[in-house]
Amino acid sequence: MWAFIHKLGSPKWFYAISARLQPWFWALAILLLLVGSVWGLVFAPSDYQQGNSFRIIYVHVPAAILAQSCFVTMAVAGVIFLVWKIKIADMAAAVIAPFGAAMTFVALFSGAVWGMPTWGTWWVWDARLTSMLIQLFLYLGVIALRGAFASRDSGSRAASVLALVGVVNIPIIKYSVDWWNTLHQPATFTLTERPAMPVEMWLPLLVMVLGFYCFFIALTLTRTRNEILRRESAKRWVRELVAGTARRG
Amino acid sequence: MAFDSFLALLAMEGHAPYVWSAWGLTAVLLIGSALYARAERRHLLRDLQRRQRRERHAGREDAHES
Repeated sequence: MWAFIHKLGSPKWFYAISARLQPWFWALAILLLLVGSVWGLVFAPSDYQQGNSFRIIYVHVPAAILAQSCFVTMAVAGVIFLVWKIKIADMAAAVIAPFGAAMTFVALFSGAVWGMPTWGTWWVWDARLTSMLIQLFLYLGVIALRGAFASRDSGSRAASVLALVGVVNIPIIKYSVDWWNTLHQPATFTLTERPAMPVEMWLPLLVMVLGFYCFFIALTLTRTRNEILRRESAKRWVRELVAGTARRG
Repeated sequence: MAFDSFLALLAMEGHAPYVWSAWGLTAVLLIGSALYARAERRHLLRDLQRRQRRERHAGREDAHES
């Protein structure tokens, strides 16, 4: 087990194994997102109360779930980097942060344009909305902090610590709809219970959530590989790899 | 199918601006980040190739001088 983790922590080994994994995740992401989009936009029945504005759920819920998963992943990677000094974990954390921020923004924006036809307002200082806005600021803080130091290592450590501290916001987001009974409805989508939605509305949502996760894995693999090239460019194996791609054109 | 025609799908029964702006932003950000990752890889490889070529040339000139 430990040998495996150390091997995974080696950039060279990660670069090789991710080369074989990433095409599958990209293909799966594209397939699931296309199927889920057509299903959700065209074939799913419209909601008897909300009409067609309910179709926003198919981007809102996956983005919101993924935005939180990204944050937890980033914080776990931060711990791995802080405790075991595994560089690859820090590279992953660095590329996850902007994507997590983008997904948080998608969740907030799609929530706002869903709120207007449904609640009659773009924004309220509801517990769920506010804690999600705080998560966006935490992401921006992590990204800014990483770049605010002259040495990369200091930036990495500061970003890891902020990510770790920021995890406290995750249970607040999750339970906000139960603790404070304000405007945002409780979760409609959980893995543990039967959904309150009919199957023909719920299945495309499941496909979209899986598609978003595959996209996240694929993007993180690809961009972590880029980060390896950038940071390890002086290493012998990277130099040989670059020379090899030059010959192939 | 939930719609009678393609135009009905676009109109979303009056909810078009809400539905399509949310979906549009999502599509732009997902496609944009995928394209960015690909462009980033190309730029990195090109830069590294250029740097190695420069270093090789510099090495050869050093060899001539000595």
